Amino acid sequence: MKQIVIDPITRLEGHGKIHLFIKDDGSLENCYFQVPELRGFEKFCQGRPVEELCRITTRICGVCPDAHHMAAAKAADAVYGVTIPSAAFKLRSLLYDAFYAGDHTTHFFALGGPDFVCGPDAPAAERNILGVIAKVGLDAGKKVIAQRARGQRVIEIIGGKKVHPVTSLPGGLSKRISKAEQEEMIKIGDEMVEFSKFAVQVLNDIVLANKAYVDMILSDAYTHKTYNMGLVDANNKVNFYDGKVRVTGPDGKEHAKYEPKDYLEYVAEHVEPYSYLKYPYLKKVGWKGFVDGVDSGIYKATPLSRLNVADGMATPLAQAEYERYFETLTGDRTGKTPVHSTLATHWARIVELVYACESVAKMARDEEITSDKILNIPTSIVGEGVGIVEAPRGTLTHHYKTDQNGIVTEANLIVGTTNNNAPITMSIKKAAEGLIKKGSKITDGTLNRIEMAFRAYDPCFGCATHTLPGQMPLELIIHDVESGEIIESVRRN
Amino acid sequence: MAKPKLAIYWAASCGGCDIAILDIEEKILDVANFFDIVFWPCATDFKYDDVRKMEDKSITLTLFNGAIRSDENFEIAELLRQKSVVMCAFGSCAVEGGIPGLANFYDKESIMKYAYIQSPSTTNAESIYPQPETKVAEGTLRIPTLYNTVRSLGQTIEVDYIIPGCPPQSDQIIAVVTAVIDILQNGKPLPPKGTVLGATEKSCCDECKRQRNVKKIKKFVRPFSIKVDPDLCLLEQGIVCMGPATRGGCGAKCVNAGVPCRGCYSVPSNVRDQGAKMASALASVIDSIDPVEIQQIIDTIPDPLGTFYRFSLADSAIRRSQS
Ligand code: SF4
Ligand code: SF4
Repeated sequence: MKQIVIDPITRLEGHGKIHLFIKDDGSLENCYFQVPELRGFEKFCQGRPVEELCRITTRICGVCPDAHHMAAAKAADAVYGVTIPSAAFKLRSLLYDAFYAGDHTTHFFALGGPDFVCGPDAPAAERNILGVIAKVGLDAGKKVIAQRARGQRVIEIIGGKKVHPVTSLPGGLSKRISKAEQEEMIKIGDEMVEFSKFAVQVLNDIVLANKAYVDMILSDAYTHKTYNMGLVDANNKVNFYDGKVRVTGPDGKEHAKYEPKDYLEYVAEHVEPYSYLKYPYLKKVGWKGFVDGVDSGIYKATPLSRLNVADGMATPLAQAEYERYFETLTGDRTGKTPVHSTLATHWARIVELVYACESVAKMARDEEITSDKILNIPTSIVGEGVGIVEAPRGTLTHHYKTDQNGIVTEANLIVGTTNNNAPITMSIKKAAEGLIKKGSKITDGTLNRIEMAFRAYDPCFGCATHTLPGQMPLELIIHDVESGEIIESVRRN
Repeated sequence: MAKPKLAIYWAASCGGCDIAILDIEEKILDVANFFDIVFWPCATDFKYDDVRKMEDKSITLTLFNGAIRSDENFEIAELLRQKSVVMCAFGSCAVEGGIPGLANFYDKESIMKYAYIQSPSTTNAESIYPQPETKVAEGTLRIPTLYNTVRSLGQTIEVDYIIPGCPPQSDQIIAVVTAVIDILQNGKPLPPKGTVLGATEKSCCDECKRQRNVKKIKKFVRPFSIKVDPDLCLLEQGIVCMGPATRGGCGAKCVNAGVPCRGCYSVPSNVRDQGAKMASALASVIDSIDPVEIQQIIDTIPDPLGTFYRFSLADSAIRRSQS
């Protein structure tokens, strides 16, 4: 038997590894995906005042600190049993949608998009943001940088800092918005909507107009029939900041719809000895190993999932895109038939991008956001709270217990990418099975197609790949398990 | 002439430092033009082995972010030190352990136990823990070993310069990068070893717009529990603000947004221990000379250690809260 180690799968060695075991006939025996890191936030949040957790847990991830800031703030609101003023609610949502607009942009153009825009078989050196720019014009690169900056600016206005926002407190926010800041955000919102139209155009012209891509999106190698999870509002529309968690089955039917506080009834986490990252699954269905289907508790929580669990989008342009997406992929524009094609996640991300931008433009105009009623001072304490938001990479749950002084005694976190740990493992395996066959030669294209299997998830262990030129280094080393001798080595430059 | 070589690396950190570098927007192109980026795992394809093959001291500048939490973090820190002329601790985690350093309130065993056994969503009847080596049917799988104690970069290897902040603010990154390019381009002498770059010589209070009077306080309050006066010093309103024990450089961002400073820009010049500095600063605002009463007032601070050493526990005089 041979062993293949893909290390790193992210842009640096050690933050994500893939081990493939190959039978003597060249086909795949088994595949392991590992996350080699643990920082222990759940433990060291113990002893801290609960209001500080929205400033501590942001350091779980510098790419989506905004998600942790919000989940922590919502959990702290719940610990104090306080409802935040409507202006604070709108401002937190506004910050959050602006964050999505920037984050989805970088993923589509710099990380996931290059596979489509440049082509999965394009030379590796072109399969990056520079290749995207070469294809769609120099102007596009500037547009992407400007869009990112817009998102960061809104975060800075409302959250106080671009990376690691600080202004949420139990009960609301610490900083009110001036008229001038509102004007600036209105302008930003309108520019964002324009940019989102451009993003849709790029998707149409380059991806959807190419039948080969659509066929690849729909191909079996990139299909997983799992459950899906995502946050929805009262009308079952996609919402990133607030709502109930809805879970639908592989057939599209509702499996559960729960309030954040009830998450423990629905979600549990499995441990494997070879990875620091746990594997969440649906508790009522159970852990059945790395398999698809209705009997396996494995679920996905991705842009694809959020569209699958929702009945539509809350803004007009995004709703039109939602219908077009489902019509093309399932023939049913209502969205009742779920999409199971992993690669369609990139398209779903664009639908969400449109929604996020429209939402920023709309909320920035809301008169109430400049109100000085932004904090309801808590007057009593419940001592336990759960906060859930949709991180771009999946449902994010923060659960805290505190003593009567609001000092944390227990913290439990189920982080965005963690939800997808099992599906990512399965996607890698399926891609590897399809590619590594008897007598087949492992090439650069093999690496990229394996990479595409997990890149669709925009996994956070690869978070800093959100950059120029946005290409992950990858190396496959095949060595003999017994002698350790290297049989073959392929690297991508 | 060959371009100067630049390496950027992250160890145990959140990636916010890399994002902060991105936030310098179009200036990133100047960096890419001036330097030959020889190792930046998020932007280039060079791997550990490529670094190993480089000649010693062939990298002009390494910006290292993240704390040292595992054997792998340490190994790469040593490797980059060996290959670099200038090693710069970039961001709080590298400078002083940062938020990951809060893990030193606990030991590795209890951290693992909580994550894999006790957490309410975990189902683990067989008490399985992740292992450095796991034998599976097909062979052996390996992951790095976590250390019991988180350390700053300077506690493990020799560091030449320090850029504090969690993360360093983009205007400061631009200032540092511009200065470094200027030094290298014009053959100017390097600043003395140990220099703090991208920050001021004064404290955060110095950059804070809030008014300071001489008002003395009788008790401390939590930042959400009172209607905060937007113009008055937070400390004088009884909210613990780390401004006096924190180096300036960020523009007092948090304080200006209505929440207290938590000290991410590290210690001001001539201060060794941020917590000790904060304790003495508090002593001067507490309205009492009676030691018992002083203690009572101090007791109204909910988590003094976790507040005074929010970013610097790993690198502080106490280092760990337990052995
Ligand atoms: S203690 Fe805080 S609020 Fe007061 S002057 Fe210093 S930085 Fe400003
Ligand atoms: S105000 Fe304090 S905590 Fe906030 S960014 Fe500045 S130094 Fe860091």
